[in-house]
Amino acid sequence: MTYTARKPPLARSSDQLRAQIPGWGVDLDPADRPAFPQERYDPDATGAHWDFPERQTAHGFRERSIEHEFLPPVFGTSAPLHGVSGAVRRFAYARFSEARAAHWLLLLGADRIDSTGAHLRSLATLRPDNPISETGIRAELTHHGLSSRRGNRVDTRHQWIDPVLVAGPWVVGATIAVKAARRIARTKARATDPA
Amino acid sequence: MKAMVYRGPYKVRVEEKDVPAIEHPNDAIIRVTLAAICGSDLHLYHGMMPDTRVGHTFGHEFIGVVEQVGSSVQNLKPGDRVMVPFNVYCGSCYFCARGLYSNCHNVNPNATAVGGIYGYSHTCGGYDGGQAEFVRVPFADVGPSLIPDWMDDEDALLCTDALATGYFGAQLGDIVEGDTVVVFGAGPVGLFAAKSAWFMGAGRVIVIDHLEYRLEKAREFAHAETFNFAEHKDIVVEMKKATGYLGADVVIDAVGAEADGNFIQHVTSAKLKLQGGSPVALNWAIDSVRKGGTVSVMGAYGPMFSAVKFGDALNKGLTLNMNQCPAKRQWPRLFEHIKNGHLKPNDIVTHRIPLEHIAEGYHIFSAKLDNVIKPLIVPSAG
Ligand SMILES: [Zn+2]
Ligand SMILES: [Zn+2]
Repeated sequence: MTYTARKPPLARSSDQLRAQIPGWGVDLDPADRPAFPQERYDPDATGAHWDFPERQTAHGFRERSIEHEFLPPVFGTSAPLHGVSGAVRRFAYARFSEARAAHWLLLLGADRIDSTGAHLRSLATLRPDNPISETGIRAELTHHGLSSRRGNRVDTRHQWIDPVLVAGPWVVGATIAVKAARRIARTKARATDPA
Repeated sequence: MKAMVYRGPYKVRVEEKDVPAIEHPNDAIIRVTLAAICGSDLHLYHGMMPDTRVGHTFGHEFIGVVEQVGSSVQNLKPGDRVMVPFNVYCGSCYFCARGLYSNCHNVNPNATAVGGIYGYSHTCGGYDGGQAEFVRVPFADVGPSLIPDWMDDEDALLCTDALATGYFGAQLGDIVEGDTVVVFGAGPVGLFAAKSAWFMGAGRVIVIDHLEYRLEKAREFAHAETFNFAEHKDIVVEMKKATGYLGADVVIDAVGAEADGNFIQHVTSAKLKLQGGSPVALNWAIDSVRKGGTVSVMGAYGPMFSAVKFGDALNKGLTLNMNQCPAKRQWPRLFEHIKNGHLKPNDIVTHRIPLEHIAEGYHIFSAKLDNVIKPLIVPSAG
């Protein structure tokens, strides 16, 4: 075994496995495995009744990867580009192929701009972002937050980072705002101080 | 209609949105009756997937009833009870013609390296997903299937991704009779992959995770031997010991981008987004499989680079098989397995959450509270 030509023996024979495990060996024949090998030429199997699909109408600009020859005939229409994040995304798509890290890093950066902007804008609406209801954190109380984390779980070793990552930017932002406000107040006080 | 929307990392809420419209003659609008949160939705939720926009509705696992069809739709009519594969695909491009439905070239302007996926960011085409009351389904004559009368809603739902992907993962392992199959990850996909490995004649199935309750499920549901990697100094050495120092014939990575087990890898990817995914499980797979063996990668990874141990894969002469699952290709065979009682997919469902409480659902699933394995989402208007 391993150091000789023999394979290490199994604890159970095929007959035992067939008797003990529901469905054992029913797909032993590769012909019963529908997707291996993955590539099988069968254009009539899909239900498509067109050679090339009709084209969906684009309403406004639709960004696309420069690795595409043209805008594919069908595309999603969720959340069109807008604002600063939209400009960054547009640049990422227009300038860099999917092969470039810059493409993906710009898109990730735009994601952060997008969510920060949306959060700030929400503060001016009747439905501001709610850090309690939107993080689902209440489930900690209703779904065994503490007892679920007992035992040998490796993810609990870094879960403390989550609240820091989520709340951190707001704490930093608030601190900067408070400091700036104090400085302005102090400058004003000094300006009005006759001494 | 009510729909889940993304607000930023770790933040989602339910909003009132317009009911989607027919935008292409082969579109259908589906009223969602049941949806699910998938492990890969957590990558979006954590802000790891580039081009995940505020306002986007997640959800690539859903079933429902046809509400409206476009002018060229021939195979569906309003009122039909349908299951929808998580892939958006045209059925006619170079790739679809060859069965590579998950690699369709006609549905994703944003990237050529990945096909279209419902509710999975603009990198996967910018389609709103099914964690909502209604959803637009392109190529209605290609993707959706009528749910067989005898089939449970929950079983049909699990065929749209988790079960199909797990079964596909076992197929990509190219298992032969008597093979030792190791599965990393005891989530839904890992459990179904372990179960499916037996169908293909595995002689031994070992499942590895760090969540004890999931390993228990792997023993009971998938008849697997289990190892908790948190209890071992080096799980690769344990796998060598367990296989007479040969290594496993086949290893299936059913973990993907947020793998735990290496603090640096996890934090640089899942937390700091510097990698396309934490390849801890993939590296363990590469090192646990025997020389000349096969690694089947089912866990989802993002488009950025990951620190994969490629030299080991080369020097061991491994075969690496991977893809997003072309879900519908698996269905006829899976229907037979379900009908014949070889498995009951909804044995792994642990939570049924109203759409209104989806934020709690994401938190429970993300923080692994309450012994969660598979949470379903139930729209109230369903
Ligand atoms: Zn999924
Ligand atoms: Zn296609």
